[in-house]
Amino acid sequence: MYESLLFEISSPGRTACSLPDLDVPEAELPSEFLRQEAVNLPEISELDLVRHYVRLSQKNYSVDSVFYPLGSCTMKYNPKVNEVAAAMPKFTATHPLQPEETVQGNLQLMYELQEAIKEIAGFADVSLQPAAGAHGEFAGVLIMRAYHLSRGDTQRNNMLIPDSAHGTNPASCAMSGFSVQQIPSDERGNIDLDALRAACNETTVGLMLTNPNTLGLFEENIEEIAKIVHDAGGLIYGDGANLNAMMGVARPGDLGIDVMHFNLHKTFSTPHGGGGPGSGPVGVVEKLRPFQPGPIVAKDGDSYTLKMPEQSIGAVKSFWGNFGVLLRAYTYIRMLGEDGLRLATEDAVLNANYLRVKVGKTCPVKYDRVCMHEFVSMGDIAEGIHTMDIAKRLIDYGFHPPTVYFPLIVHEALMIEPTETESKETLDAFADVLEKIAEEARENPELLHSAPHTTEVSRLDEVVAARKPVLRYKA
Amino acid sequence: MNYNPNTQADRRAMLETIGVQSVTELFADVPEKARYPKLNLPRPLSEMEMMAELTRMSDKNADAHHYACFMGAGAYNHFVPSVVGQMQMREEFYTAYTPYQPEVSQGTLQAMFEYQTMMAELTAMDVVNASHYDGATSIAEAALMACNAGRGRRKKVLVSPAVKPNYRAVMRTYFQGTDITVTGDEDPANDLEALKKMLDKDTACLALQTPNFFGELEPVQELADAVHAAGALLVVHVDPHSLGLFTPPGEYGADIVTAEGQALGNALNFGGPYLGIFAASKKYVRKMPGRLVGQTVDTKGRRGFVLTLSTREQHIRREKATSNICTNTGLVALGAAIYLAAMGKQGIRRVAELSYHKAHYAASQIDKLCNGYSLVTDKPFFKEFVIQCPKPVTEINRALLERQIIGGYDLGQRYPNRQNQMLVAVTEMNTRQQIDDFVAALKEVA
Repeated sequence: MYESLLFEISSPGRTACSLPDLDVPEAELPSEFLRQEAVNLPEISELDLVRHYVRLSQKNYSVDSVFYPLGSCTMKYNPKVNEVAAAMPKFTATHPLQPEETVQGNLQLMYELQEAIKEIAGFADVSLQPAAGAHGEFAGVLIMRAYHLSRGDTQRNNMLIPDSAHGTNPASCAMSGFSVQQIPSDERGNIDLDALRAACNETTVGLMLTNPNTLGLFEENIEEIAKIVHDAGGLIYGDGANLNAMMGVARPGDLGIDVMHFNLHKTFSTPHGGGGPGSGPVGVVEKLRPFQPGPIVAKDGDSYTLKMPEQSIGAVKSFWGNFGVLLRAYTYIRMLGEDGLRLATEDAVLNANYLRVKVGKTCPVKYDRVCMHEFVSMGDIAEGIHTMDIAKRLIDYGFHPPTVYFPLIVHEALMIEPTETESKETLDAFADVLEKIAEEARENPELLHSAPHTTEVSRLDEVVAARKPVLRYKA
Repeated sequence: MNYNPNTQADRRAMLETIGVQSVTELFADVPEKARYPKLNLPRPLSEMEMMAELTRMSDKNADAHHYACFMGAGAYNHFVPSVVGQMQMREEFYTAYTPYQPEVSQGTLQAMFEYQTMMAELTAMDVVNASHYDGATSIAEAALMACNAGRGRRKKVLVSPAVKPNYRAVMRTYFQGTDITVTGDEDPANDLEALKKMLDKDTACLALQTPNFFGELEPVQELADAVHAAGALLVVHVDPHSLGLFTPPGEYGADIVTAEGQALGNALNFGGPYLGIFAASKKYVRKMPGRLVGQTVDTKGRRGFVLTLSTREQHIRREKATSNICTNTGLVALGAAIYLAAMGKQGIRRVAELSYHKAHYAASQIDKLCNGYSLVTDKPFFKEFVIQCPKPVTEINRALLERQIIGGYDLGQRYPNRQNQMLVAVTEMNTRQQIDDFVAALKEVA
């Protein structure tokens, strides 16, 4: 049976709220502005409301319940101490517009987080304002634009983007008024250097580089790539989605990256929230510092203050950043320290390579060389079997499927990122199940085509959903 | 501390399977001179030390539990029922990600479908998406969508100067690389009548906020006709709580509605994460940014929910997408949904009424003070109003802090014509005693 909707369990007169009586005289209401009919919201008792949401939650797979190797999303464990920290009332009940002297604790925390990210990634400056990866990326592209314009370089309007890039890269460029030129990958999964050389010229804004790339491979020619782009007067943008492969092992700022966003909800263990909120701070090298979005926290003697960079691209958000997320990331970094962060990266890469070797026997890995934190397999392992079939069958065995059909350059892609917080036993179990599914694919393919079998709903009709959109409940 | 389960024995066995001697070999592709940098970070803390450190930091803050808060200006101290936080923090919700695999994400998907429905009811709009980052990014994306809806032929965004200054700043940040211009707010005296006269064939939309930044309800009746006659769209930014009491924008012809949803069940959190509410009329659904959850059926005809109309989005359309948004603020939207369901039909109106009456009581008490204070607001308002003060607002606020009161927003910071004016916010959280103390304190510090 499906779960009733809130509106279907509503009954007039019920409520789950308790509000105080009015303790001041009533004022006259302006009749010309009044709503004629009460808002049609459900009326539900508190217990019914609790049961509704508890039962809904039980229909989700989550990191806290199952292995969730969603490639490019770094579904690592979210430590409980982070949540306790982020719920401390003296943090949560602070208003963003309070006088600075009344929020010194918040500003100190933000300042120390800025310093830590600068150190981990090797940048001169970090702005914590952007609210998510794509938001930080948009800010970063605007920073590149502002830098070129400040030098009178007005003809630069073309961004180079590898064919393995996340879709947000080209979308952020379009929002910044730039055209996009795709650069192909070579047979080892690196950027094709000849194509890059041919594309670089006086119109080049820069290159948006994900390193390790979405194939989970470290760009073997990173130094050469940086030289080609820089020689042409362009900048290198680093997509920070995959920073979990680099902490304490390499600093993007040391590799020629000029500007980069960080996904605190990936690398720094803050929860993904069923789709957000994230946080996407931006780091830059010295020459891009004046253009940062702001304000940024500055330290002045013993006190902390919010300052707008001189030639800032402007504010990208209502206030100062997703503070609740920053708090969790700060807690994580302070508790792990240098050695803990490095070990997180080392184990993330070790786990990925171990799984690559084991899974590769069942689902071949497209670029089968040492990977970083993730790798991309292919799911067309038997006649008539597709990646989606494997993904759905994995659900029956209690695993969240990997990212599917991305990156676009790999046919039938299964993008697998185990993270460092998973045990060898879990990885072994996952590889064993894939082997079993491969056997089923040969002997009883229907079992895969009709999967999943254990969930309350089976495969859903996405075509109908898009053709005749039903986007809200109507009685 | 680390959260890795691997033992040394595990690591040895795994390295052997991979066929390498050590973990460092796995990083051979990293240029040697950049490999294994020294990181100058503070020493790691145990959990006990961490909590002590965070307690020390947070003790330096003044917070709305220990102070009476009259600050608003886009973030509000409304009451959050316990059930909201308890349900929102179910692990199955907060440790999941975007519901890409619908069969194992029906919890998130149905909760978002219900969110979309309740927000549609609140705003009287057809379609609501599954959230943006906050109010500022919502209204910026609304203006962008209006330009796209005009197939890019209309490049002018008319915005009222009574829209929150920050929102207008973020719009300008968003459009700096495009040929879209933001105008109409250069003169703070431009009211809706003046803006109406500025509508032309290049105008993509008129964007306003009601209650506006100063708390006043804007005279929006019949405005939509003029905007539509000029071929433009009407973008309206609202305070969601105000809709418990006042006419929803869908009833006066708004094409796109945005709002800051923070106060619907979420803490102040020093400015984030917040909730960007985004609604539109049905005919623009395929131009909308952001994720949408739709109802469908499974192979056996049972009701279920999926992400839909995703051909608008960046992971499919790349540079031709309606927006670059990917991660949104789903968990905050979930909080808002639980809040709306907990408040219900009566509760949402009651919160709006309490805020309205208390704000009006505070305004009338301050207006009676005489010693240099007066009420500036002379139009109908909701829960915020403007007062003229006898001296700079920063000075008054400093004195109020000594009396455990967080005063209102200093309008002079952003509006040169409003020196010594304070924007005061009052919600159901402010008791009569707090209001009386606030008024008495104002008198004292004058």
